[in-house]
Amino acid sequence: MITRLQSMFATLRARREKAMGLFLTGGFPDPESTLELLKVIDEAGADFIELGMPFSDPLAEGVPIQRASERALRHGIRLVDVLHMAEAFRSRSQTPLLLMGYVNPVYRYGMQAFCRDAAQAGVDGLILADLPPEESEALAEAAQEAGLAMVYLIAPNTPSERIQQIDALATGFVYAVSITGLTGSTLQSHEAIEAYLARARQLVTRNPLLVGFGIRSHEDALRLGRHTDGFIVGSALIRLVERLWDDAGLSLVDRLEAVQRFVHELKYGTSVPAS
Amino acid sequence: MASVNLDTAFTYEAPDVRGHFGPYGGAFVPEILIPALEALRQAYAEARQDPAFWEDYAALLREYVGRPTPLTFAPRLSERLGGMRVFLKREDLCHTGAHKINNTVGQILLAQRMGKKRIIAETGAGQHGVATATVCARFGMQCIVYMGAEDVERQRLNVLRMQLLGAEVRPVESGSRTLKDATNEAIRDWVTNVHDTFYLIGSVVGPHPYPMIVRDFQRIIGDEVRQQLAEQLGRETPDALVACVGGGSNAMGLFYPFLTDRCVRMYGVEAAGEGLEGRHAATLSCGRPGILHGALSYLLQDDDGQVLLAHSISAGLDYPGVGPEHAYLKDLGRVTYVTATDAEALEGVQLLARTEGIIPALETAHAIAFLPRLAQELGPDAVVVVNLSGRGDKDMGTIARYLERKCTNNL
Repeated sequence: MITRLQSMFATLRARREKAMGLFLTGGFPDPESTLELLKVIDEAGADFIELGMPFSDPLAEGVPIQRASERALRHGIRLVDVLHMAEAFRSRSQTPLLLMGYVNPVYRYGMQAFCRDAAQAGVDGLILADLPPEESEALAEAAQEAGLAMVYLIAPNTPSERIQQIDALATGFVYAVSITGLTGSTLQSHEAIEAYLARARQLVTRNPLLVGFGIRSHEDALRLGRHTDGFIVGSALIRLVERLWDDAGLSLVDRLEAVQRFVHELKYGTSVPAS
Repeated sequence: MASVNLDTAFTYEAPDVRGHFGPYGGAFVPEILIPALEALRQAYAEARQDPAFWEDYAALLREYVGRPTPLTFAPRLSERLGGMRVFLKREDLCHTGAHKINNTVGQILLAQRMGKKRIIAETGAGQHGVATATVCARFGMQCIVYMGAEDVERQRLNVLRMQLLGAEVRPVESGSRTLKDATNEAIRDWVTNVHDTFYLIGSVVGPHPYPMIVRDFQRIIGDEVRQQLAEQLGRETPDALVACVGGGSNAMGLFYPFLTDRCVRMYGVEAAGEGLEGRHAATLSCGRPGILHGALSYLLQDDDGQVLLAHSISAGLDYPGVGPEHAYLKDLGRVTYVTATDAEALEGVQLLARTEGIIPALETAHAIAFLPRLAQELGPDAVVVVNLSGRGDKDMGTIARYLERKCTNNL
C-alpha cells in the first residue's frame, strides 16, 4: 500500500520540488483557531503538517513551542482533542498529517490504543522528541500494526553508523535536527550545518531526509534544503501566530491572511497577494 | 506485582546493560543527548575498572568530605520510642551538610576525566546545588545551577552560598518554578551546549547511566553502616533501614549494599505534604508509571499523562518523579514505601532536636517521623538505622514560620 506520505514524496520528487512541513501545536492559539490555521496552512502550500501534542514538560523545545504548549494546556486540551482535530482535518484534506510530541502522554494513553485511534483519525505518522530508537520497540510495533509511519531524529553529533541504523528503522522519513540546540534556535555556522547535512545525505538512503530547527525564511529553506528532500518550520510559525492572535486590533481574516502569506513565501519565496 | 519471598535467596543485578531496572529506567532523551550519554557510560565503565579513580574518590571522601561519618546511637530517641534501638547515620556531618557531596565528588572526578570544564546542575532545596558549586570551586570548573524561581525565594541562604562559591544561579520562571522546571531547563542547556558541558545530576534519576552512577557513589553510606554495625554491635545487618525518598539517592545509598540481605527490612518515606488527598509528593505511593526527565519510573501525572505539581514542606522532596530503581524495588516488594505529612515531618524535627540535640533537614525529618510507627511494628529488640541525610540549618526559615504560627494559634 502506498501511503499518503510516500505518494507525497514521490510526487514532489517528480516535480523536483522540496517538501515543506509545518508544525502547529494542537489547541494553539486556542482550540477553535487550530483547525482554521491547519486549513490555511494546507492551502498556502504545506506538503505535510505536524500537529503538536501539548505536554507539560517539553524539554527539547525553545520558548515559543513551550509557550504554545502551555497555552493549549491552559485551554484544557487533551490528547483525545488533538486526535479529534486530526480527524476533522482529514475529513477535508489528503495532505499527510503527523503527530509530534513527547512519549509520556502516548504511554499513558496506551501505545496500541493510541496508534489505533490515531490511524483511525487519519494520522499518517508519529514523531516523539524524547523517544530514541532504543526505547521505541513497543511503540514501533504498535505503529506498524496500525499502519503509522515512525519518524526518528538525527542530530549533528550523531555518529555516521548510528545515522545508518536510524535510517534502517525509520519508516516515514529521517528528521535531521539542524543544530545541537532547541527548537527555534538561531542557525549559526552554515558551513558546519551543510557539511553535516551532506554527510547525512550520503548515509540516509532508505528514507527521505528532512531538515528542521531554526528555519525561519525561504532563504534558510533553500540553503538547507539543498542537501535534503525538504524542510520543516515550527517555531517561526508559532511566533507569528502568537503575535497575530495577541494583537486585539486584528480580525480573524487579517490573521489568517498573514499566516497564508508567511507560509506561501516560505515555500515559494513570493507572497500571495492579499485578497 | 511480585513480592520477594524472604525465605529464598535474593540475587540482585540491576540495571541491565541498557539501564533498565526491570521495566523501569532507560534513556528517553532527545537524540542530541545520546552521544553524550554514551560517552558518560564509557567513561564510567573505564573509571569503574580503574583503581586510581577509586583511590582519588576515597581520598576526597576522607580528607575533603569528612568520611566516614559516624553511626550514632540515639539513646533518648530510642527510649522515647519504647526501646527500639535507633542508630543515626550522620550524613549531616558531611562537608556542606548533606549526603549530596558524596555524589558530586564522584561525578566531578568523572567530568575531569572526560576533560569537561563547564558543569551544569539543577537544585530544589539547594543542597545539591551547594554540593555542586563546592566541588566546582575545588576543581576550578565553571558552574551553572538551575533553580526554580520559587525555590530561589524559599532558599535564599543556599543561593547565597552557591554564589559565594562562585556558581551562577539561574532562576527558572517557566512552569511550576520549582525543581521539575529547573530540571527541564538544565536538560535544555545540556542539549544546547552538549559538546563542552557535563550535567551533574543530583539524585538517582534521569537517563541511564545516571541512576546507576549516583547509586554507586552513594553506596558508601550503606557500606560504612555495615562495617560500623559490625564494629559497634558485632552484627553486620540491622533489622531495618529507614530513609526519606524524594528522588531517592540517600535511600539508594543506604539500601543498596543490603539488598541481598533478606533479613533486613527497608522503608522509604515519601512526602505526603498536606495529606495524600491534598497536595503531596508521594510518587511511589500515589503515582503511576510514566516517563519524565529521561527515565520510566513512577510519576505524579493526570489521566492524560501531563505531569502534576508536587508539594512538600521540604523543597528537596518536592519532585513529581522518583529514581527508577525505587520503582523496581517497590514492585519487587523489596522496599516498603510509606509516607509522612508536612505536619508529621515538623514533629519529626522537634522529636530529634529535643531527644538527641540534632536538628535534621526537613527531608530527613520525614524518615524520623516514621519511626514511632515502625517501633510499634518491630518492638523493643529491633536495631534500626535511619539515614540522617542532612542537617536542618537551611530549613530554619521554614521551620520558624511554622513554629511561630503554631505559637500564635495557641495564644
